[in-house]
Amino acid sequence: MANNTKSSEFQRQQNKEEMKKQLITFATMIIFTIFAFLIVGSGMMSKMLAIPLLLVLALIQVAFQFYYFMHMKDKGHEMVSVMIYGGVWAAILTIAALNLVIWW
Amino acid sequence: MSHDHSLNPEVMPQHPEKATLEGKNKFLGLWFFLGGETVLFASLFGTYLALKNSTAGGPTSQDLFGLELVFLMTMLLLTSSLTSVYAMYHMKNNDFKKMQLWLGITGLLGIGFLGCEIYEFYHYIHEYGFTFRSSAFGSAFYTLVGFHGGHVLFGLCWLSAIMIRNAKRGLNLYNAPKFNTFSLYWHFIDVVWVFIFTVVYLMGKVA
Repeated sequence: MANNTKSSEFQRQQNKEEMKKQLITFATMIIFTIFAFLIVGSGMMSKMLAIPLLLVLALIQVAFQFYYFMHMKDKGHEMVSVMIYGGVWAAILTIAALNLVIWW
Repeated sequence: MSHDHSLNPEVMPQHPEKATLEGKNKFLGLWFFLGGETVLFASLFGTYLALKNSTAGGPTSQDLFGLELVFLMTMLLLTSSLTSVYAMYHMKNNDFKKMQLWLGITGLLGIGFLGCEIYEFYHYIHEYGFTFRSSAFGSAFYTLVGFHGGHVLFGLCWLSAIMIRNAKRGLNLYNAPKFNTFSLYWHFIDVVWVFIFTVVYLMGKVA
């Protein structure tokens, strides 16, 4: 592969280290997913306990996706954080408002 | 663009996707778009949460949902998220063929996911008579989940377009940002799915 000489050995090593972290992230996400399905599939938990736990599992999984798979943990993502957290803030307000209208 | 030396350097930079101004702008632009998508899906989730119990005597979420199929769909989409990470790994190592291979696998997993979703909707309509017009729950459900499925379909079209268009070009600083923005979009599709399987399917089965 003539192409491979284009990137230095040091960079390749760094990319490999990064890929290892990504694989650990993936394994963690799979475990979280299986756990979430087990909570519901086995019916071992009451509704009051299961729903907050499911939401926490989802939030952690999404954080892994954003910070590792989408590299938000890396440098130079300040503007990115502003945009995505701005979106999340508006999202929380939207969901809260729509549900408040129904409950009122 | 292969004649342009500045886009085909002797030594590829460590982040080919952000080495040019155009690449940096594409990267920021896509994140700006994702911020907006968050709000779009939030309004659909909010509507679904508000209307999920308005079944108008029709089937409820407990009657309909089967966890096996949803689990399979989750695994397909989560794995396709990892395969697109692999594709970006090979992009950073400047290995165009392996990047294309992993992007191809990502696409196949996406097609598998979409196939499952079409089967699921078909099953609900024919076995349960549960359609978009059955109840407010039906409308909210098909809008939310269908909108996500539409995003998967759009992602698959986008992926095929950049894979075919750049097949003979090889990797350079002009098209590396294109592959990277697709990969970010694809991860976001998976983020939305995490909330769909949690809020719609799992919480719908518990409640």
